[in-house]
Amino acid sequence: MGRQRHTAALDTAGCPADRTRDLQGRNTVELLSGADMIARFLQDEGVEYIYGYPGGAALHIYDALFRQDKVKHILVRHEQAATHAADGYARAAGKPGVVLVTSGPGATNAVTGIATAYMDSIPMVVLCGQVMSHLIGDDAFQETDIVGVTRPIVKHSFSIRHPSEIPEVLKKAFYLAATGRPGPVVVDIPKDMTAPTERYEYVYPKKVKMRSYNPVTRGHTGQIKKAVEMMLKAKRPVFYTGGGVVTGKASEGLTDLVKQLGFPITTTLMGIGAYPQSDRQCLGWLGMHGSYESNMAMHHADLIIAIGARFDDRVTNNTSKFCPTAKIIHVDVDPSSVSKTVRADVPIVGPASSVINEMISLVQGQSISQPEALTEWWQKIDGWRAEREGKLYEPSKPGEVLKPQEVIEALCRVTRGEAYVTTDVGQHQMFAAQYYKFDKPNRLITSGGLGTMGFGFPAAMGIKQNFPDDDVVCVTGEGSFQMMMQELSTCKQYGVGVKIVNLNNASLGMVRQWQDLNYKSRHAHSYMESLPDFHMLIEAYGFTAITVNTLDELEPALERAFADKHELVFLDVKVDPFEHVYPMQVPLGAMRDMLLSKTERT
Amino acid sequence: MRHIISILMENEPGALSRVVGLFSQRNFNIETLNVAPTEDPSLSRLTVTTVGDDRVIEQITKHLNKLIDVVKLVDLTEGNHIERELMLVKVKALGAARDEVKRTVDIFRAQIVDVTPSLYTVQITGDAAKLDAFLQAMAPVGILEVARTGVSGIARGDKVLSL
Repeated sequence: MGRQRHTAALDTAGCPADRTRDLQGRNTVELLSGADMIARFLQDEGVEYIYGYPGGAALHIYDALFRQDKVKHILVRHEQAATHAADGYARAAGKPGVVLVTSGPGATNAVTGIATAYMDSIPMVVLCGQVMSHLIGDDAFQETDIVGVTRPIVKHSFSIRHPSEIPEVLKKAFYLAATGRPGPVVVDIPKDMTAPTERYEYVYPKKVKMRSYNPVTRGHTGQIKKAVEMMLKAKRPVFYTGGGVVTGKASEGLTDLVKQLGFPITTTLMGIGAYPQSDRQCLGWLGMHGSYESNMAMHHADLIIAIGARFDDRVTNNTSKFCPTAKIIHVDVDPSSVSKTVRADVPIVGPASSVINEMISLVQGQSISQPEALTEWWQKIDGWRAEREGKLYEPSKPGEVLKPQEVIEALCRVTRGEAYVTTDVGQHQMFAAQYYKFDKPNRLITSGGLGTMGFGFPAAMGIKQNFPDDDVVCVTGEGSFQMMMQELSTCKQYGVGVKIVNLNNASLGMVRQWQDLNYKSRHAHSYMESLPDFHMLIEAYGFTAITVNTLDELEPALERAFADKHELVFLDVKVDPFEHVYPMQVPLGAMRDMLLSKTERT
Repeated sequence: MRHIISILMENEPGALSRVVGLFSQRNFNIETLNVAPTEDPSLSRLTVTTVGDDRVIEQITKHLNKLIDVVKLVDLTEGNHIERELMLVKVKALGAARDEVKRTVDIFRAQIVDVTPSLYTVQITGDAAKLDAFLQAMAPVGILEVARTGVSGIARGDKVLSL
């Protein structure tokens, strides 16, 4: 933060600007260098934080940022963290996250974060420095064809060819990132495009129009009518909703619709919180490690109403055995998601919010034609619920090592289910999603599609800076945390008070679980035999660390951790390394084929 | 089944690589590819022939449409259409075969566009099947070199692919 103070002292006028003058000497159009245009555009676009790391090709831009104080730049310790932090912010706030990196290694380090955002359809704009345009293609120092490298993992990319294009290209980048099916957009900026000596007219483009890009704004009315008719006639309906409802800001509408109809609802991992999980109609989430009742209900349903979900392989299991008796209504803003892996009977291409609202108006005043069938369906579902109630895991006995599940349950109690929870990837991710109860959307922040270890901590950092008064907790494991733990230094620099709950089982739990199940417990490289002393490590950065070994230490430690919202606290919780995540779908099976514990199978 | 998909897209750097990249990334196949600017220099027309069942072709057209640079596209094989490809072939033309080659060229309504004492360079246009047939007919004589443009096509009748 020190830098901003220097900024004010050095240059109170902000960006230096030439102005052309008309005959009376009045200012007309502003003249700015490419770098200053970028800084100004970000201000005009309302960007508050950008995450990045400087380097040769980006230095003009960094200088322009230094000479203003509206857009705050957060210096990360690795470019991957910049993308995850921007991504975390985008997921929590529903607005594009912004990243600035230099050419070559700076840009390639950002690739994993771009792919993470792409797989989960998260709006993000990544500004990459590039070598000077006359050097492109010469294998210049720190040159990478980043547009080429990222081509399969971006929604679109641009290369700046003239400084005067900058405002329009940036506007297009933000527009593309945030509309339709959102996604990351890369803007490649050769260094000579930002040269301080060359100035061009700057006007903030208020509107943008692209003849080749017109995202749908509403679904086909006839198809929606047909879908609603099927819904009213269904005997065993299930809503199956995904991240599209969260990013499409449609969770209120969805909740209304589901409550009006009285149907059960299950969400994907990405869709958690779009419908309150504490409500009776919510069956939890579905798929590979989804709840028993969700998977059973899906398998036995006669109508699946999929909204903003993409029938991912972690959900469907074997598509040829997927929901054998169900008709499928599929609502998605992206036509290429519809009928991609599972054929839809009623495809509806449109944004979740407008389609849901149309459905609500059609449902109003109507009643379902077979209420007794629905009652029967609920009895069946309640039966499945009762079968597994209290049998989800075996809690630890006094003096025994903790179960990871009980840590998450305690975390949920202490934070009253209201925290932003980010996760890394592995067993802890599944436990966090299973045992923390989310009643609001945008609260579980997790890398669902790409499954990026190292995502959670920087994502939490990005969220906390933008929501300083909320509790932000990263649930992680000692494997994932070590992939991005250098960001402790960033948290120290900017005073970011995230909480870290490290479920430390001293092994790569999910890998180990698969090895237990499929490789006769040959634990090839799933051990972490040389773990650091996390307590000392965290203290070396000047933060508080608490080690938790037993159940009676757990809640007091959590209470202590969440006592001060602005302090980073790390809980190193030693948990049972032999625990597995259940339920777990059986490979190549139907949705109902699940392992329920180490000894039970459906 | 074989499909001919014609695409109007922005004539921007990198646009072609996005189309080609999409095919390899999503495991679709390309049999031929043909691209050039249209009468409007800001637009290119790209024609690709590909093979796949209905599900694959549906995915191909949807994903192509999703590319930001793609303005419009049409699957020409869905309706009546004209398909053309141009091929230049160098064939051996020695002794008795020299006359035989000339006769075959006439039968196929091809043209000899360059001549040396030992070979003819033949230009032939038509659909891919006709070009294949010509190559088959020439094979016994000896084909030295083949250059094909890849398929280009246009719908019959009033249908127009334009902005």
